Amino acid sequence: MARYFTDEHEWIDVDGDTATVGITDYAQGQLGDIVFVELPGAGTALSKGGDAAVVESVKAASDVYAPIDGEVTEGNSALEDDPALVNSAPEGDGWFFKMTIGDASQLDGLMDEAAYKSFCDSL
Amino acid sequence: MSEDTEFEEPETGTLPLDAWHRARGARMVEFAGYWMPIQYEGIVAEHEWTRSSAGLFDVSHMGQLLLSGPDLDAAVEAVLPIDLSTLKLGQQRYSLLLDEEGGVLDDLMVSRWPDSLYLVVNGATKWDDIGHLREYLPDEITLNHLDEQALLALQGPKAADALARHAQGDLPLADLTFMKFGRYTIAGHDVTIARAGYTGEDGFEISLRGEAAAEVAELLCGEPEVKPIGLGARDSLRLEAGLPLYGHDLSPETSPIEAGLVFGINKRRRTEGGYPGAERINREIVEGTARKWIGLKVEGRMPAREGAEVFVGDAKVGVVTSGGFSPTLGAPIAMAYVASEHAGAGAALEILVRSKRLAATVVPTPFVPHRYYRGK
Repeated sequence: MARYFTDEHEWIDVDGDTATVGITDYAQGQLGDIVFVELPGAGTALSKGGDAAVVESVKAASDVYAPIDGEVTEGNSALEDDPALVNSAPEGDGWFFKMTIGDASQLDGLMDEAAYKSFCDSL
Repeated sequence: MSEDTEFEEPETGTLPLDAWHRARGARMVEFAGYWMPIQYEGIVAEHEWTRSSAGLFDVSHMGQLLLSGPDLDAAVEAVLPIDLSTLKLGQQRYSLLLDEEGGVLDDLMVSRWPDSLYLVVNGATKWDDIGHLREYLPDEITLNHLDEQALLALQGPKAADALARHAQGDLPLADLTFMKFGRYTIAGHDVTIARAGYTGEDGFEISLRGEAAAEVAELLCGEPEVKPIGLGARDSLRLEAGLPLYGHDLSPETSPIEAGLVFGINKRRRTEGGYPGAERINREIVEGTARKWIGLKVEGRMPAREGAEVFVGDAKVGVVTSGGFSPTLGAPIAMAYVASEHAGAGAALEILVRSKRLAATVVPTPFVPHRYYRGK
């Protein structure tokens, strides 16, 4: 399983022909206390860089973008009752949604873990 | 400095506690022209700490002004809808700076000092306020901008316990009730302490020389009850307390009567007038307003924020001016201007957020009860 990162601080785990998407630990730290996550419904068509979800912290609403093209297969229902999972386990139980991989070549444009870490260090 | 710098944006200012905030790990943001701490450990934790213990807020961006001169009360009453004949030495009162149409230019505090009046105005509006006051006050009135003063707010149910260990003065803190102030010393520094604040909790606002701010902040935060709190929690606390934020809930497009701030128009002035906008304001006090600023409890967990439109069926009846998630209630809350026929407590409304309609109910404010100290 490979994990990629976007410069908008989403991560995407690729497992065969499906993927899981969330926001990074860096992102949750910047947002602060998460109080609500609006997830796309199953069947929603996503396009790379387009709006996919909205994450609400105490202070503001922020967009979460699709890392690649694809179709949503499942939202993380655990976030409905416990949106703070995004703070406590952003890169684990606090995942946002699962999706199909519409165009695997788009993954080549994303960062690996080391590249993302140096990207964050540069911010 | 070269000659071509005149079109540059003014540089973001630093306040006396800048280095102190950074050393304590604050996340700094630009606010009202200054670098200010938005949060330290996290907004919810800071919010809850203030509600249960005591928080220290740096509000040195606010404008501290001192007015003095001949016939001062009459001159100031021509500018503010305040009745200064009932403002005694040692008292502070809420007032409003209004334009000729009764729109709100700022909201502020006025305190009676010996031979002078001390004003605290909002940071983002202070330069405009100074210009407005200078224009409307006679030349004989002196306006001093006390820009070397810092302002700290110590807020929360344990604020008095912590402050009592350091503040020395003739007036015991037990006798310093809500909206009174007195002169004290803290660690040898002269300070003015008012029992007031912006959180709904008991608390104090401490005006002191900028050079003394770091030592006093360090001393107060050395008390086990006290932690430094950022602007993020200041906003969520004031929202729960149902208190308006200038530039969001109040503006030249809103009248204080629409906003429910009739107490800011002192009784004598409601009949006598003689302040900017008096004709409209005094008419609205008698006849009411077409819209009102009200509190909304929002169903579900999705917050409705500033700018969200409020509906009854297909009819747009209002707009949210402040909204967010209430840590104390564990639910979203909002303040909105809505048409008066839909402003009664219990009215069922809908708020449009990203193409979704959120059910909301008009509720009395404050959302969280005020706990001001009015004496034993």
